[in-house]
Amino acid sequence: MNENSASDGARTVLTGDDIERVLTRVAFEIIEANKGIEDLVLLGIPRRGFPLAQRLAARIAASADTPIDPASLVGQLDITLYRDDLRHSTTRTPEPTKLPAGGIDGKVVVLVDDVLYSGRTIRAALDALSDWGRPRIVRLAVLVDRGHRELPIRADHVGKNLPTAKSEKVRVHLEEIDGTNEVMIEAAE
Amino acid sequence: MKHLLSTADLSREEAVKILDIAGEMREAGTRVVKKLPALRGRTVVNLFFEDSTRTRISFEAAAKRLSADVINFSAKGSSVSKGESLKDTAQTLLAIGADAVVIRHPDSGAPARLAATDWIDLPIINAGDGTHEHPTQALLDAFTLRRQLALRDGVSATGLGLDGLKVAIVGDILHSRVARSNLWLLNTLGASVTMVAPPTLLPVGAESWPCTISYDLDQVIAEGVDALMMLRVQGERMRAAYFPNPREYSRYWGLDDARLGTLDAAGAETLIMHPGPMNRGLEISSAAADSPRSTVLDQVTNGVAVRMASLYMLLSGDLI
Repeated sequence: MNENSASDGARTVLTGDDIERVLTRVAFEIIEANKGIEDLVLLGIPRRGFPLAQRLAARIAASADTPIDPASLVGQLDITLYRDDLRHSTTRTPEPTKLPAGGIDGKVVVLVDDVLYSGRTIRAALDALSDWGRPRIVRLAVLVDRGHRELPIRADHVGKNLPTAKSEKVRVHLEEIDGTNEVMIEAAE
Repeated sequence: MKHLLSTADLSREEAVKILDIAGEMREAGTRVVKKLPALRGRTVVNLFFEDSTRTRISFEAAAKRLSADVINFSAKGSSVSKGESLKDTAQTLLAIGADAVVIRHPDSGAPARLAATDWIDLPIINAGDGTHEHPTQALLDAFTLRRQLALRDGVSATGLGLDGLKVAIVGDILHSRVARSNLWLLNTLGASVTMVAPPTLLPVGAESWPCTISYDLDQVIAEGVDALMMLRVQGERMRAAYFPNPREYSRYWGLDDARLGTLDAAGAETLIMHPGPMNRGLEISSAAADSPRSTVLDQVTNGVAVRMASLYMLLSGDLI
């Protein structure tokens, strides 16, 4: 899901415009679920969760009655050292964790990731989060839910439910990292 | 990367990766909850055949911060004093269930022997062997330099090397494994190294090393240098007279108050480093050791982060 090579078997399921519309809806869902923007903190999971969290924060800040800085709502939560597969993949370099100045204690934290799949990343994120503080509520927002959960985890806000076969790959490309905006499904080789 | 035996084995890419990982480990060390679960359930054995304070404690802290279990072994008071061989000691550790071995040994090459033989099939980290190498010390020195310069320049240290940096390593080069490890690593990372020492404390063959050799500390300071790495005079390894007396050593090769004054007067940004333990008043004066230029305590803090990164590198990823 992380390579930038679009092979022939790839089929676009969300265009750049689709992603924008989906994020706008998810942003309003987050505000609605929270009954406002009070205490909201959006934490993106590297790498592509972070730009998504930034985009959501920009929309949420824009909807506020009094102007606020979107950056004060966003952070990045690295989960590398909390993964359960460290012994089985190549050594991963951790990314920085950056929390907003207000911290996360007593806040409503919305974890943001690009694709929800096995649920193991979110399990790791919940563990990582508890080492940084104690949020009042933790929610989960994802751009794409592709199914095939291996843990009892579900998302509160889903951009698009995407039925997939386990052998297929979902690739998310975001302007900030990949230079383009699209979500593709790639058939198995 | 299977073992960490020598900095000469590290590619630039690998070295920068260890430093980058150490950067994140250092950040984790500033949290209220310092522990990370990355090595939960693994056992690290500290096998120390030679005295050590900071290296052993640093490795112990590093392993514990990553949630590994630690078994400390020191030769004193163990079966080694009954004549047990390195092979038997190592195989005993394997039978106990160790996942990685951190070894310090007075004989150069002991860690390489453990790694090369089929006695045990575990990742080996060299924590100092004789007068050969001390790779994690060199990594923490490089990390400290890189971080200090990035802070000074207001940039992120991640991904950077030490290109164009001028580092002088001063003192007892002959007995120093720290000097050797630093020499290889600093070269790999793009820094240029000058070794400054009395001729008696330079090893035979030093002229073939990738560095400049100088016998004049004042001249090296006058020419400008980004960091002065002062080495401990290793009295315990000296079986002959290498210099007439401590006062003469201090006068010619030590970073004394006069030389510190020269640095300050020139407005130089030179950092003062020392791997510890320091002989205050011999190779470094108290004023120099405690000056704002000194990175001595920063080096200790960074040592834990670098050792966490080394353990993480060796104990994660495809090993089997």
